[in-house]
Amino acid sequence: MFSYILGRIAVLIPTLFVISVVTFIIIQLPPGDYLTTYAAQLREQGDEVDEVLMARLEQRYGLGQPQHIQYIKWISGIILRGDWGESMYYQKPVQDLIWNRVGLTFILSFTTLLFGWLVSIPLGVYSATHQYSLIDYIVTALNFIGKGLPEFMLALVIMWLVTSYTDMSVGGLFSPEYMNAPWTLDRVIDLLAHVWIPIVILAVGSTANGIRITRANLLDELNKPYVETARAKGVKEGKLVWKYPTRVALNPFFSTVGWSLADLISGTTIVAIVLSLQTTGPMLFTALINQDMFLAGSFILLLSLLTVIGTLLSDLLLVWVDPRIRLEM
Amino acid sequence: MVNHINQENQGSNLDEEERYLDIQQDQGSVAVASFWQLIWWRYRRHRVAVFSTFVVLIFYLVAVFSEFVAPYDPEAKFVKYKLHPPTQIHIVDADGAWRLPFIYQTVRERDPETFRNTYHENTAIRHPIRLFSKGEEYQLWGEVSVTTKLFGLDVPHEEQGFFLLGTDRLGRDMFSRVSYGARLSLSIGLIGVVISLILGVLLGGLSGYYGGTIDNIIQRIIEFLRSIPSIPLWMGLSAALPPAWPIIYVYFSITVILSLIGWTGMARVVRGKFLQLREEEFVMAARFAGSNELRIILRHMLPSFLSHIIATMTLSIPTMILSETALSFLGLGLRAPAISWGVLLQEAQNISAVAIAPWTMVAPAIMVVVAVTAFNFMGDGLRDAADPYAGL
Repeated sequence: MFSYILGRIAVLIPTLFVISVVTFIIIQLPPGDYLTTYAAQLREQGDEVDEVLMARLEQRYGLGQPQHIQYIKWISGIILRGDWGESMYYQKPVQDLIWNRVGLTFILSFTTLLFGWLVSIPLGVYSATHQYSLIDYIVTALNFIGKGLPEFMLALVIMWLVTSYTDMSVGGLFSPEYMNAPWTLDRVIDLLAHVWIPIVILAVGSTANGIRITRANLLDELNKPYVETARAKGVKEGKLVWKYPTRVALNPFFSTVGWSLADLISGTTIVAIVLSLQTTGPMLFTALINQDMFLAGSFILLLSLLTVIGTLLSDLLLVWVDPRIRLEM
Repeated sequence: MVNHINQENQGSNLDEEERYLDIQQDQGSVAVASFWQLIWWRYRRHRVAVFSTFVVLIFYLVAVFSEFVAPYDPEAKFVKYKLHPPTQIHIVDADGAWRLPFIYQTVRERDPETFRNTYHENTAIRHPIRLFSKGEEYQLWGEVSVTTKLFGLDVPHEEQGFFLLGTDRLGRDMFSRVSYGARLSLSIGLIGVVISLILGVLLGGLSGYYGGTIDNIIQRIIEFLRSIPSIPLWMGLSAALPPAWPIIYVYFSITVILSLIGWTGMARVVRGKFLQLREEEFVMAARFAGSNELRIILRHMLPSFLSHIIATMTLSIPTMILSETALSFLGLGLRAPAISWGVLLQEAQNISAVAIAPWTMVAPAIMVVVAVTAFNFMGDGLRDAADPYAGL
């Protein structure tokens, strides 16, 4: 067990390294560099370009030096000093801008994940044990709709419906008065009143998929001899289904949680842009449009990083949940 | 639902299969149904998949012949008809008599308060809708001069326009734009899948055939690619495309960017099949008979999993279409003047515009949803049929 965890962490380190390199490449891709764009912007606004500041920034990011030196300067700043660079657009250090948004993104994604499980496991079990029933058909139909209707389109449709039939504001995660307020109980309640719309939108696709997986696996499992044996021995139907076959059928949930997390973060990004939530999505988007590359890079790096760590945690969870995997080690 | 239908129809189809085999036996030969024949028989049982195949075919026909299908040039601005709702088609005239489909003359009025155009019908003048109507000369694929359109009116558009899906805020015909949009939106899926296929078969094949270290490395790469959130990555990559690039460059770059992650699914299928087939007796027999590696792979293994590859390909096309739509919708993928469904959605994005003229968003949105759903059903049917020897 212990060696398994160590092994997983050992794999994690090169993965994180590759992620940081890929992110750096994305930062470097647009033509021109951060400083020339910045200087041009200042001149455009009629401001004077502070040569001392420019020289200092150039020194700090190793601009003009070979790529690998720039990379080392950038990544060591993050690891050693927690310095994520400067946002050109907001004229602020990146670390002052991102944490709130990254936190909200993760709260949103995790809540959606849990919500999806809470809905899809019971429905999946129900549609497997009641094959060809009305709910089974509805679930199958929903699954295909969920696959065909991308989240951002669903977000647009729901926004349109809500704005044309009610006077609620759908954009954002907070009412205007709580937008920049400190965290109080009222603010949390306000968040809860807004957050269900994106959660429902995000959960439709993954929930439908989850139901389908549970249903297919459970159907396979229910035909196995051990279920028959248990039934012959007089185990009650409810206990029979939930205690053994369901547990086996749920394994793919845990083993693919990393991918669903990655998918959810992707989905959250685009839905957040449509609904203008205060998560990473819209800020990443504007950062990319404005070529604010340190800010954009930080977001891509952090989102990938946290997804990879989330995957690791879920793998450990799988080991803990499934005795068969635990015993193999 | 699908399973249910299958069970109902199983009887009649089985009969046909039996008849086929009987006839062959009567002719004195051994009854043989080829692998692809078995697949076809099983695919046909999935009625929804067969129907979806027709839908997909129609979509691609529209994409290929969009100049012929679209009644107007997609960039033609009918300034008289800005934000015109979809034209109503009638089959019963004002006197209650049945007629072939026709539309009424449109009358435009300007709202004195909002300065917005309102349109209503003048039931005194009818314009019948003609199939294969003659009109102005246009170029099909920029090569062939044609005057026939799929449908149209007898009168020129100056007199009366026919907007099946309405017009946008510049007065461009949405139906024409959607038909032209099919070209880019549907072909990006195809080209992207071909790139994914090449990468996936190559790397998945290497991984599954040789195993060991190569397998380990490729599997780690796949896990890595699947564990990073794709949309932020795609956004980053496509934002890096120079804005001044011509459409065709952007188009291919987007396809390549989408394939970067798309190949992993293909590689997993190919690897799984290789691992499974490597142990089969017929592969061992071929090896003992002295076949070289390439021959074993191409001649013996490939035919056994070709059907699975086709099914996986079909299932990954809709993902590509959706991804392109999402990127273009954000303004990071294709940009106007290119016309794709994502670009059309992006133009309709403004929520107040949607409230006034919902058809500008609904038209491309429905196209995306229908195309993607049809592909999904088709892929589902193919996946079920891919292994015709498996029990039902």
